[in-house]
Amino acid sequence: MTQQGTPLVEMRDVSISFGGIHAVDGASVDLFPGEVVALLGHNGAGKSTLIKILSGAYRRDSGDILINGEQADINNPRDAKKYGIETIYQTLAVADNVDAAANLYLGRELRTPWGTLDDVAMEAKAREVMGRLNPNFKRFKEPVKALSGGQRQSVAIARAILFDARILIMDEPTAALGPQETAQVGELITQLKREGIGIFLISHDIHDVFDLADRVFVMKNGKVVGHARTQDVTKDEVLGMIILGKVPPGATAGPGAMQMA
Amino acid sequence: MTDQSIPVATSHATGARPAPGNPLKRFFQATEIDTRLLGMVVAMLIIWVGFHILSDGLFLTSRNLWNLSVQAASVSVMATGMVLVIVTRNIDLSVGSILGFVGMIMAVTQTKFLPAWLGYDHPLNWVLALGVGLILGSAIGALQGMIIAFLQVPSFIVTLGGLLVWRGCAWMVTSGATVAPMDTKFRLMGGGADGSIGATASWVVGVIACVFIVLSILHSRKQRKRFGFPLKPIWAEYVVGGVSCGMVLLAVNVLNSYYMPVNLARKYAEEHGIAWPDGGLDISLGIAIPVLIAIGIAIVMTFLANRTRFGRYVFAIGGNPEAAELAGIKTRWVTVRLFALMGALCAIAAAISTARLNAATNAQGTLDELYTIAAAVIGGTSLAGGVGTIAGAVLGAFVMQSLNSGMVLLGMDAPLQSIVIGMVLVLAVWLDTVYRARAR
Repeated sequence: MTQQGTPLVEMRDVSISFGGIHAVDGASVDLFPGEVVALLGHNGAGKSTLIKILSGAYRRDSGDILINGEQADINNPRDAKKYGIETIYQTLAVADNVDAAANLYLGRELRTPWGTLDDVAMEAKAREVMGRLNPNFKRFKEPVKALSGGQRQSVAIARAILFDARILIMDEPTAALGPQETAQVGELITQLKREGIGIFLISHDIHDVFDLADRVFVMKNGKVVGHARTQDVTKDEVLGMIILGKVPPGATAGPGAMQMA
Repeated sequence: MTDQSIPVATSHATGARPAPGNPLKRFFQATEIDTRLLGMVVAMLIIWVGFHILSDGLFLTSRNLWNLSVQAASVSVMATGMVLVIVTRNIDLSVGSILGFVGMIMAVTQTKFLPAWLGYDHPLNWVLALGVGLILGSAIGALQGMIIAFLQVPSFIVTLGGLLVWRGCAWMVTSGATVAPMDTKFRLMGGGADGSIGATASWVVGVIACVFIVLSILHSRKQRKRFGFPLKPIWAEYVVGGVSCGMVLLAVNVLNSYYMPVNLARKYAEEHGIAWPDGGLDISLGIAIPVLIAIGIAIVMTFLANRTRFGRYVFAIGGNPEAAELAGIKTRWVTVRLFALMGALCAIAAAISTARLNAATNAQGTLDELYTIAAAVIGGTSLAGGVGTIAGAVLGAFVMQSLNSGMVLLGMDAPLQSIVIGMVLVLAVWLDTVYRARAR
């Protein structure tokens, strides 16, 4: 379901280097509303780095980010959130020592008219959101440290969708999860997609994401090998892109494609 | 070593419940009492009773407890800030030196500069001196905080440098000379016969505190009802409210039953035109002003830590600095503000100790950084960051001071006192580690 019109997100020719190493080198990706785009590649291919530029964790050296066709100025995580970009990090990025509600609202706390924290309102909202995501979740008073991997994951996801995200970035969203929880995340992604949210899924394992994604972008050595609609390519062909940089006929080649002699 | 057995005893109390239906566990769950804090209170009571017995009944007297409360005030003020500093995985080794330097500046301000400008015993002298101290303390703290946050020098190093720098500065202000005496109003902050609020006012304070306890319980119940959260059982509310109010009133009663020594009372009677009866007068001292200040600070700091964004960010940074940064928190500014706050608390502590001593010396506050850190750590602050309570730190300060005064009462030699305190510190942290490992 590739769409016409203005992409929700377009990253053009984005580059960043750390001490002379081109972690991301002239990468361009785009994402349409209600679309799931998988970003694939080996560990160290630059996919997490690329996406951290979008979420404001890193500042790009060059290139443009367009949101709804307009230049976006993203220099830190706060900027990204202003554009409705929410990220679920591979490391989950939760503060272990505070409870679920505090984590959901971290950086955007609800406050009473006196400027103090409105913990009760935050807990109420947390119960509502968590109830939708993970009805079994009952441990609202405990530090997140005490929760299981899946529960922590649902806290991280709840935080991302709590603030009406338009663009959701999920970095290895199912890496820490069991099969049942993975299936839950899959359902959630389908649901969010229906709501018109654009989702970037990042993974080094094609099996995790191939069935969920509408399109795939493959990265290798900081460059985009190519992209394809999942209906036009097979898993094996995408694996070929990941491992060899070989672009199949159904895909569009990028700057990182293997040069055919 | 009387204190040794207590936390073990409490961990038995909580640890002895494999059955979830155990009444003791149910009790703690229903009342939501922090068992760790309760363990500390029990530990302190055991230390008190132990010293009372060893000193043939000298320890648990209103006089000793009154003195204890005044002596613990300065360190407990600083410990409330140190908790938050340690929670963010930092440390502040410079608090004792900042206390010394700021105390010296405040002393010079009120004895040299202000009298030359406003005249001696001008009613504004103490306010201005305190204001100068607060500004200076916060500025020093903010400076250290900026070096830590923006230049990325570890706080251990920055404040170790500060320890030397500010101590040196304290000396340079007067080339090492002691400054005395202090402004008469300023001296009230140090306690003593005048610097206490008397029996009636103490009861008023106690009753107000009780009203607040009841109101806060009612408020939290109302809030939970509003959102339909599970409520605590009503008996648990009564127990918590009753015990808290009882403790407040008991403390007021103890402080009120310390009467002025005869010669002070006689002076007081003369000044207030009260006839001196043959049997002498029992004039209650009541709560000392430094204690009132320390309680006020503890309440404000608890509020700051639990009910404001700043406090929430401090804990989030301690729990996971990266997550806090990614959540969009300006972690560096939080660090700067935290260290500035620590500096301001040092200034308040400096006012208390300068006023109490009625002098500023260049050695004032020496080793206070260690007592402050020890108080925070004994109070359950984890050096790994993310964990700690203000109430715990204040209790920690009282435990330290209790040990100190107790050993003085027993006539122990100073070197032996240090040895005991050092061992208690290590022991307390070890017991805490054991407690946490079991609680998990």
